[in-house]
Amino acid sequence: MPLPDLLRHSWSVAAKDLLVEFRSRTAILSVAVFVVLVLVVFNFGRDPTAVSNVDLAPSILWVTFTFAAILALNRAFQLELENQALDGLLLAPIDRSSIYLGKLVANLVFVATIELIGVPLLALFFNVRVLPYLGPLAALIALATVGFVAVGTLFSAMTVRTRFAELLLPVLLLPFMIPPLSWAVLATGRLLAGRPLSEIVGWLNMLAVYDIVFVALALLLFPATVNE
Amino acid sequence: MLRAEGLKHSFGAVRALDDISFTVQPGQTLAIFGPNGAGKTTLLKVLAGLIQPQCGRAQVDGGRRAIGWIGHQPQLYAQLTVRENLRFWASLYGVSVPAELLSRLGLEEHADRPVRALSRGLVQRVAIARALLHDPTVLLLDEPFTGLDRVAAEALSRLLAQHGAGGRATVLVTHNVEEGTGLATHVAFMRAGRFVHFAPRAGRGPQQVGEEYRNAIA
Repeated sequence: MPLPDLLRHSWSVAAKDLLVEFRSRTAILSVAVFVVLVLVVFNFGRDPTAVSNVDLAPSILWVTFTFAAILALNRAFQLELENQALDGLLLAPIDRSSIYLGKLVANLVFVATIELIGVPLLALFFNVRVLPYLGPLAALIALATVGFVAVGTLFSAMTVRTRFAELLLPVLLLPFMIPPLSWAVLATGRLLAGRPLSEIVGWLNMLAVYDIVFVALALLLFPATVNE
Repeated sequence: MLRAEGLKHSFGAVRALDDISFTVQPGQTLAIFGPNGAGKTTLLKVLAGLIQPQCGRAQVDGGRRAIGWIGHQPQLYAQLTVRENLRFWASLYGVSVPAELLSRLGLEEHADRPVRALSRGLVQRVAIARALLHDPTVLLLDEPFTGLDRVAAEALSRLLAQHGAGGRATVLVTHNVEEGTGLATHVAFMRAGRFVHFAPRAGRGPQQVGEEYRNAIA
């Protein structure tokens, strides 16, 4: 299928998903509340004399984003099971990869919204300075998010027709999230500690390679995962 | 226009399709009757390409673009309005929503209401509009009259008759022998994954077809 058609169909799927979420707002509200709750609990639960904020904040930030993303990814294909809309998508004369790309874009927008809420709250509760490093931090968050959302979107499609989809998704996804998450935590720690950017370039490169490999693999595997 | 050759498919130990072969030519409407679990829905899904059969092959001239599907579920998004749903599906087929489609199905005044706020009958009408908006040459219908009131059922029957008269093919699966027979040029009875009867309707009325059906599946 020509690339313009693939992109046009992907955008149709993404725009539809975002419109459905905008109308209901149920998922975004519940995940936003989850993010606030986690950061508040960690804020009151920590001992600032034992571990410094700069050392603690990166782990808490990425744990929060991980579980918020899993909540978001669980609903990505549930939406298509309602009224068997997934069958309609599979019947449409479109490349099935465009369904995956559309879902990926919608999930990225969803998780990015959560991250936009989470980063300022982290700066507020943990008193860490993010403004001087906003550009590199945004690039780091974007690269890490694309990687695990790309894998999560594929697994969401694979598990949605199973009986224990909400349990299976994190079980399958978490092992694949370990590399990008550990690189992201290490790089975020260096950034918040004010270390030179040259120290995180290697992790950014590895995240970029992870993204390219797993987006390409997911595009190849997706059509087979949605066959009944 | 539509060919099935030696279709076989099982779900575990249950044989859903057992050597099914037939063709449907342009202008023909095949009505398939059968009890629950006979394999009717599986057959439609194989014809649509939603299930890959374990043996045999199904071919629809024109591929997926040629197929219109009305199933048990409306394949609509409850949070979106009727118009938004139809625009979304039309965008995937590269067409715009035909202006007369909403009026033909009596949906104009409901176009900006969310699907979740519609009655079962209205939802089914929107599902029919979704199936027809790209002007398909082959219609696959799984119990299309379910949930429709009398007026909507008559409107659907008229649409299907027009579809057939335009040289297009239809495969219809239903429990309703009366409505199914009225539209059919050919009739099949299905039991345990096999066609136990396949023939042109040849002037037989619903009563006669119903009697033959009861005898065939008894």
